[in-house]
Amino acid sequence: MSLLGENFMTEEGEFVINMGPQHPSTHGVLHLKVWLDGETIKKVQPHLGYIHRSIEKMSERLSYRNFIYATSRMDYLSAHINNQACALAVEKGLQVEVPARAQAIRVLLAELTRLQSHQLWWGCTGLDLGAVTPFFYAFREREAIMEIFEETCGARLTQNFCVPGGVMYDVNPNFQKRVKDVMQQIKSKYREYEEILTGNVIFENRTKGVGYLSKEDAISFGVTGPTARASGISCDIRKWFPYDGYEKLDFEEVVMEGGDCYTRYMARIEEMKQSVHIIEQMIDNLPEGDIQGKTKNVIKLPKGEFYQKVETARGELGVYIVSDGAASPYRIKYRSPNFSNLSALETMSVGTKIGDLVAIMATIDLVIPDIDR
Amino acid sequence: MNQLLEISFSSLASSIHSWLSSAIANATILNVVEMAIAGVCLLVFLVPLCFVLGYMERKVAAFMQLRLGPNRVGPKGTLQIVADTVKLIFKEGLTPNASDKFLFNLAPIIVVVVSMLVMAPIAFAKNFQLWDLNIGVLYVTSISSIAVIGILMAGWSSYNKYSLLGAMRSGAQIVSYELSVGLSIISIVIMTGSLKISDIVMSQADGWWIFKGHLPIFISFVIFVIASTAEINRAPFDLSEAEQELTGGFHTEYSGMKFAMFLLAEYINLFVVSAMAATLFLGGWMPFHIGHWEAFNHIMDFIPSSLWFLGKTFAIIFIIMQFRWTFPRLRVDQLLNLEWKYLLPISMVNIILVTIMAIMGWYL
Repeated sequence: MSLLGENFMTEEGEFVINMGPQHPSTHGVLHLKVWLDGETIKKVQPHLGYIHRSIEKMSERLSYRNFIYATSRMDYLSAHINNQACALAVEKGLQVEVPARAQAIRVLLAELTRLQSHQLWWGCTGLDLGAVTPFFYAFREREAIMEIFEETCGARLTQNFCVPGGVMYDVNPNFQKRVKDVMQQIKSKYREYEEILTGNVIFENRTKGVGYLSKEDAISFGVTGPTARASGISCDIRKWFPYDGYEKLDFEEVVMEGGDCYTRYMARIEEMKQSVHIIEQMIDNLPEGDIQGKTKNVIKLPKGEFYQKVETARGELGVYIVSDGAASPYRIKYRSPNFSNLSALETMSVGTKIGDLVAIMATIDLVIPDIDR
Repeated sequence: MNQLLEISFSSLASSIHSWLSSAIANATILNVVEMAIAGVCLLVFLVPLCFVLGYMERKVAAFMQLRLGPNRVGPKGTLQIVADTVKLIFKEGLTPNASDKFLFNLAPIIVVVVSMLVMAPIAFAKNFQLWDLNIGVLYVTSISSIAVIGILMAGWSSYNKYSLLGAMRSGAQIVSYELSVGLSIISIVIMTGSLKISDIVMSQADGWWIFKGHLPIFISFVIFVIASTAEINRAPFDLSEAEQELTGGFHTEYSGMKFAMFLLAEYINLFVVSAMAATLFLGGWMPFHIGHWEAFNHIMDFIPSSLWFLGKTFAIIFIIMQFRWTFPRLRVDQLLNLEWKYLLPISMVNIILVTIMAIMGWYL
């Protein structure tokens, strides 16, 4: 058996490993070609396209009401926020006023989405580092949130609740009570989280000082979201370019210095607390009124270009619509957060060990269908 | 009652021996036949043991993870593990095309045989020991280190890059951690002055070493548990498997019965390590005695010695299982740092303390 060859070992003695598309910790069909010197990573090359469904091209054939729901399948953990971004972009073109109640429901669901996405990320981070138990604890709280979605939206993962001009239906009568219960539950479980992962010696050794991403690199790679904020960049779209009434809410943008896996971890934990804070201040004063603004049955955007960006659980999602005045978009482009975040992976992981690569991937919080679209 | 049980065990053995020696004249053949009987007994003991450990692991994991665990097959799910074994036996054992087929098939056998060999000198109860050889402790440490050859073989012959990485990790890990295991065993050997398992157990008649030996022996005990968890490749030291990094490490390519053999070896190793910890530090089959509390000691004597041994062993197994479901995995360099920068120096200093204690007679 020959050990030399392009896909086994280079002539300099570097070991070539294909991590993925089927690998337990690439969270989907990401394919990383990794060059190793012993256990040390020399080079990482992501290979994309295993789950490309051409959502952008597909949307050119769909009406402005329908294309929104294709985006649920991009970043499926932030499905509602993706829908919200599209709805906002269409509303921008239509110049339609969104009622206050609809905005509040959207933001509430968006923050619940962010919370459940971070819950899942927390569990998976533990799992990737070899601790299986946190995964189950994370799913306990996430399940409670999913049940709220199920009750109000009818779906658990791809809520499809946003329509241009508002939301599809009013919330379930139980909504407020259940959300308050879940918030109580989540707040009481923070201590458990801290004890099982955050304060663990092995966990701290595995994450502190690992996968450093400098502020300059983060900016030049276009990294956004908690990953960038952990490198000290203030880039929360909710603060800088508020939409759907975020400007009226009291919350803090979590910006941390450090740029390593541990800071990224802490940034997301803090963000979860901020989301709980947002939900708690909104849940008791949901405005009364309509849930949809006035829109025509067949939406036609005026000729022109429309861009809207929102903050998903992973970073900045941009929706760019070019309209030629017809009933479906002429061209659509999504700026997805994971694609840019993934590009910084090699910078973070060169020189580290294989185990660190897994930790770094976990703390970037990749969702592969969002990269390929 | 315990007298009854022990008499029955030893008398059973001696009556079998006298019956065989009357039937077989040649002493060598007699020896071989007796060894074969002992081996079959061991196998009959090991398979249910692995079922119990497998069931226990799944239940411990389930209760730590807010689940119920197996609860469908058989009463309380106890037969689930039997069903899984049957499934593994009937599964096709794949052998990769490019693999070194001889080594690939040999590796699981070596791993299992080694872990079974280590069972020989373990004292399960009073007068119930397969082979009480005079270097029992040395035998256990030396034989158990052969297991790494099986793992290296599996990793090399699979023709899989993950397997090779896992095997190399495993080699570095086991060779390093053996030192700490050895040194903590030596601390007990210094105290008792014997390598014989029965002597070590007898030396704890008036108190287990973990109580008699003060702090140094307690440190040895902790180091022994940590280092032997690493030596048997269990989480948080399961770097050679490292599911999230290496997709299964050295046994990535194994399936069916060959995979089951690795699993079997893992559980036997878990038992052996815990049994050794119980024998060396917690008195083996010795009941728990307190000084001059005659009545209390007498009641303790009524609990059969085999129950004492198994109880202590399973208590340690329980602790090691909790490690697995609580901690994240260490990185490979941190694993070696832990051994060479912390455990080994501490054991070295500890050995000196133990030696001073033994010379001055400062125990008990």
